[in-house]
Amino acid sequence: MFNRDRWKEILEVLTSNVWRTLLTAFGVCWGIYILIILLAAGKGLENGIKKDFGDIATNTMFMWTRSTTKAYMGLPKGRSFEFKLEDVQTIRDNVPNLRFVSPRNRLGGFRSASNVVRGIKTGAYNVYGDYPEIINQDPMTVTSGRFLNQNDINEKRKIAVIGLGVKSDLYDKGEEVLGTYIKIQGVNFMVVGTYKKNSNDGDGEEAQKEIFVPFTSFSQAFNTGNDVSWMAITANDGSSISVLKERIIQTMKNKHKVHPEDQRAIGYFDLYEQYNRVESLFGALKGVAYIVGIMVLLSGIIGVSNIMLIVVKERTKEIGIRRALGEQPWSIKKQILMESIFLTIISGMIGIVFGALFIYGVNALLEAVGPVDMFLNPSVSVGVVAGALMILMISGLLAGFIPAQSAIKVKPIDALRTE
Amino acid sequence: MIEIKELHKSYQMGSNSLHVLKGINFTAKEGELVAIMGSSGSGKSTLLNILGMLDVADSGEYYLDGVPIKDLNETKAAKYRNQFLGFVFQSFNLINYKSALENVALPLYYQKIGRKERQEKAMKYLEQVGLKEWATHLPSELSGGQKQRVAIARAMAAEPKVLLADEPTGALDSTTSYEVMDLIQKINDQGNTILVVTHEEDIAHMCKRIVHLKDGVIVEDKKIKQVRVTQNV
Repeated sequence: MFNRDRWKEILEVLTSNVWRTLLTAFGVCWGIYILIILLAAGKGLENGIKKDFGDIATNTMFMWTRSTTKAYMGLPKGRSFEFKLEDVQTIRDNVPNLRFVSPRNRLGGFRSASNVVRGIKTGAYNVYGDYPEIINQDPMTVTSGRFLNQNDINEKRKIAVIGLGVKSDLYDKGEEVLGTYIKIQGVNFMVVGTYKKNSNDGDGEEAQKEIFVPFTSFSQAFNTGNDVSWMAITANDGSSISVLKERIIQTMKNKHKVHPEDQRAIGYFDLYEQYNRVESLFGALKGVAYIVGIMVLLSGIIGVSNIMLIVVKERTKEIGIRRALGEQPWSIKKQILMESIFLTIISGMIGIVFGALFIYGVNALLEAVGPVDMFLNPSVSVGVVAGALMILMISGLLAGFIPAQSAIKVKPIDALRTE
Repeated sequence: MIEIKELHKSYQMGSNSLHVLKGINFTAKEGELVAIMGSSGSGKSTLLNILGMLDVADSGEYYLDGVPIKDLNETKAAKYRNQFLGFVFQSFNLINYKSALENVALPLYYQKIGRKERQEKAMKYLEQVGLKEWATHLPSELSGGQKQRVAIARAMAAEPKVLLADEPTGALDSTTSYEVMDLIQKINDQGNTILVVTHEEDIAHMCKRIVHLKDGVIVEDKKIKQVRVTQNV
């Protein structure tokens, strides 16, 4: 393969008709260029959408109570009920493979009145009563101090972890935050930490304006007793929450005497299902990109095959001479195949380079004009490029195959007779 | 060196078949210089093609240097051609994008001889035909006689057992024809077996033996007194 004479000959043949070679190369070049750009665009869209999911544990569901719609066991329909703290243990006992089951309570909400006071400053924030595990399900970075821990839960400490948005509202610049008190609905909590969430979607701003306090302190301070307003449940890696969800809901229906066929009594949101839907959408998108790209590439490959046929036709006599001089048929075949592969790979690599430059340009542009919604960092992985080269190699081989076959089909005597 | 017995060959021309060679018996010893003569259609080129393994006979035996030539597939034929035979064609058949030296080196390349040795050998043969200074020239930059000399050098480079020349002077004027025949005689003097197909009487008489072919059979086979192109050898 690394034979100097062979390569010299390949170059001689391909440069003997430069324009023809260039035009042929353009077909392949264009095909791979389109393929790379399509894949990169798909990746950009995927990156953009996935960024919106943030770092949230995606194998998660949320579950809350609503009023019943069916009478059951002597209880009327239209009854409201609440999850209780014991339900967490019940779920853990009855459903395997759950990683986190976090009961949650909340104070305040969208456009609610101011509920937090510090000195003369006030603000309206979401205040959550949570267990320490929530940081694994709704990831945030603790920027100073600490997050909640089990001792806080056990001793019902009145402490709070506030978002950077809260800090900038209630505190002056440079003011010490840790150890200060804020008053949440008339109850003082000591600030022990600040956090920052990395999410960039619409409520990115909102996500920084939350306050986390221990679940038990929340219950005591705001009189919610044993009630749990909703739960965030994450399954172990390897088992899907979408599969486990039915069992969890049935367990809760049993416990709260809800008719087993009551579809409305327990509300839920399956994040994993949503995520999977998005995931499969991108799978399909990638498939379409591959199909379209390879189709375009295919027309380039057919071009190469055509030209190689013409080259073989033109060189019929030369091939006859070579065979009269004793060249082996497979050596001629190899020569034609290598010319074809060489042409395909070189033009393909040019296509890849141009595609990469285009992607680089788009990235630079995106950086210059700022983030665009749902589109981020279009790129192709090294694996895709390697795959593209593989496709090129195979298609070069295919493109050269018929011409190579026709080259050795001509008998030397007939080849020599052609004038 | 060459031995053929009862060689038959016919071509299928549409519905009727054309019997070209009708039982040829022929022997050539080592060091012979044989002219094969005959009018067009007499089958002389067909005979040469079969001898050159470019074509296959319908029936008959063919021994080349004691090796039976039969059941040839293309790979085997290519190997034999490369080892045993050198070709010189009427239309030179040089590869036009390769220099004279590369053309001569080509059969050596197929023998898998290293690049350096190949070029040295090719240069040696080019020198023998007096074209050393033209080594880097393309065929298009050479005259007809020069081209044929390059072709002869190429045929000799592989050191074949037999040199087959199909109308080597057919495309040349008489002066260059004699130059080429002079070269062929000199190569024959070194002990090489050469078969020349020609229809020119004067060229034929520069050989040592003339075989006349007519309608697919040998009608005359005689040794002659060779006419030397240059007397002062």
